[in-house]
Amino acid sequence: MALVVVNDLHKSFGDLEVLKGIDLEIEAGEVVSIIGRSGSGKSTFLRCLNQLEHHDWGTIHLADQRLDGGAMSPGELSQNVGMVFQSFNLFPHKTVIENVMLAPVVVKQTPRAEARQVAEQMLDKVGMLEKIDAYPGQLSGGQQQRVAIARALAMQPKVLLCDEVTSALDPELVGEVLHVLESLAAEGMTLILVTHEMKFARDVSHRVVFMHHGHIHEAGDPQTLFTQPKTSELSQFIASIL
Amino acid sequence: MTLDFSTLLPYLDEILEGLVTTVWLTVATTFVGIALAIVVAYVRDGAPGIASSLLGAYVEVTRNTPFIVQLFFLFFGLPALGVPISATVAALLAMVLNLGAYTAEILRAGIDSTARGQHEAARALGLSRLQSFRHVVLVPAFSRVYPSLISQCIIVMLGSAVVSQISVFDLTYAANFIQSRNFRGFEVYLVVTLIYLLLAVGLRLGFEFVGRRLFAFRQGGSS
Repeated sequence: MALVVVNDLHKSFGDLEVLKGIDLEIEAGEVVSIIGRSGSGKSTFLRCLNQLEHHDWGTIHLADQRLDGGAMSPGELSQNVGMVFQSFNLFPHKTVIENVMLAPVVVKQTPRAEARQVAEQMLDKVGMLEKIDAYPGQLSGGQQQRVAIARALAMQPKVLLCDEVTSALDPELVGEVLHVLESLAAEGMTLILVTHEMKFARDVSHRVVFMHHGHIHEAGDPQTLFTQPKTSELSQFIASIL
Repeated sequence: MTLDFSTLLPYLDEILEGLVTTVWLTVATTFVGIALAIVVAYVRDGAPGIASSLLGAYVEVTRNTPFIVQLFFLFFGLPALGVPISATVAALLAMVLNLGAYTAEILRAGIDSTARGQHEAARALGLSRLQSFRHVVLVPAFSRVYPSLISQCIIVMLGSAVVSQISVFDLTYAANFIQSRNFRGFEVYLVVTLIYLLLAVGLRLGFEFVGRRLFAFRQGGSS
């Protein structure tokens, strides 16, 4: 059984139907990139997966457990699904280590010493161990985003959602964040990314999902999808970004 | 008329007693009033309900009536309702309620300007509304409205002069008292004016000192 099972997901904002029935299964350890034009529903879909948005219809299961519709408390959710945002959203008044320790200590009730150990491990993983006492305002965008990844990982989630995590970065800082994601993928972390980094989608992900008008329009392994798109919408999209 | 400040010397004790009262009323009001404001701001920031409406009414009534009337209402009105209250307690209560209402509104502005992404990050990490308020929202909100907060506390400190009207022995009461004995109005009020000025400056410096520690994250940072 797949780790994440999404069934017939529908979501509207007022009269605007953003998701029109999404079905998707994701295996443990799989790296899935979701691509598509803005407004295609890809970010909304991602935000439904950790219930930042509540969908109107359909179900989401994670490791055979129902995740949506209030079946999981916010605390449980955060230990199953982590999320990294486009704009980092670090807490400006907390140092790097405090940012990473906050949720384990407050939500998971981990003893501080243990939480600090885990936080240091995660910061080491993203190469930010030496900036442990800095405030977010003292860091570059790429460094902030790496801390944000460590913060999500500290809850030891089964899946990590990445919502355009390099879109707000200066071009020269994109590489360091993608490098971290690549090493997470190599470790077997399940990643679901909404991304505009086509090279990354092609090189690192196991599967690419192309969303169009609230549907999964086409999906498959990156090589085939990028070189032999089946639908005209996807070939137009690829042509427009390359 | 010649100025003669030595006429105040016999009344040093009174001035000191008045000063001590004004200072402790101010310090106690600052702490309790801000704590009250945090609670009010938290409840009013949440879903509409009875508690939120009641606190909203409290804030509006307090902000739209004279402080001296609030003070008289507590001091003269409560005993009439069968609740005995001393002048000092009435003064402290009136000052706390006053500062609480104004500060709650000031703080609300800071809370409202919290970036949406901060709330989302807190939710994604599993924090409850209270946890998010306490650990994520509160300190940056305070840092954004801190200058207004300092001014409000100084206003309440200066406004505390009014409590002399219900015979609380504060600095102003001391001044009135001395002036009625030695008839040296100019000297007395000049000295007391200077003391209030120093208190206001001191209060501001104290706040700024605390602010630099509390909001260290704002220094040398872009966010």
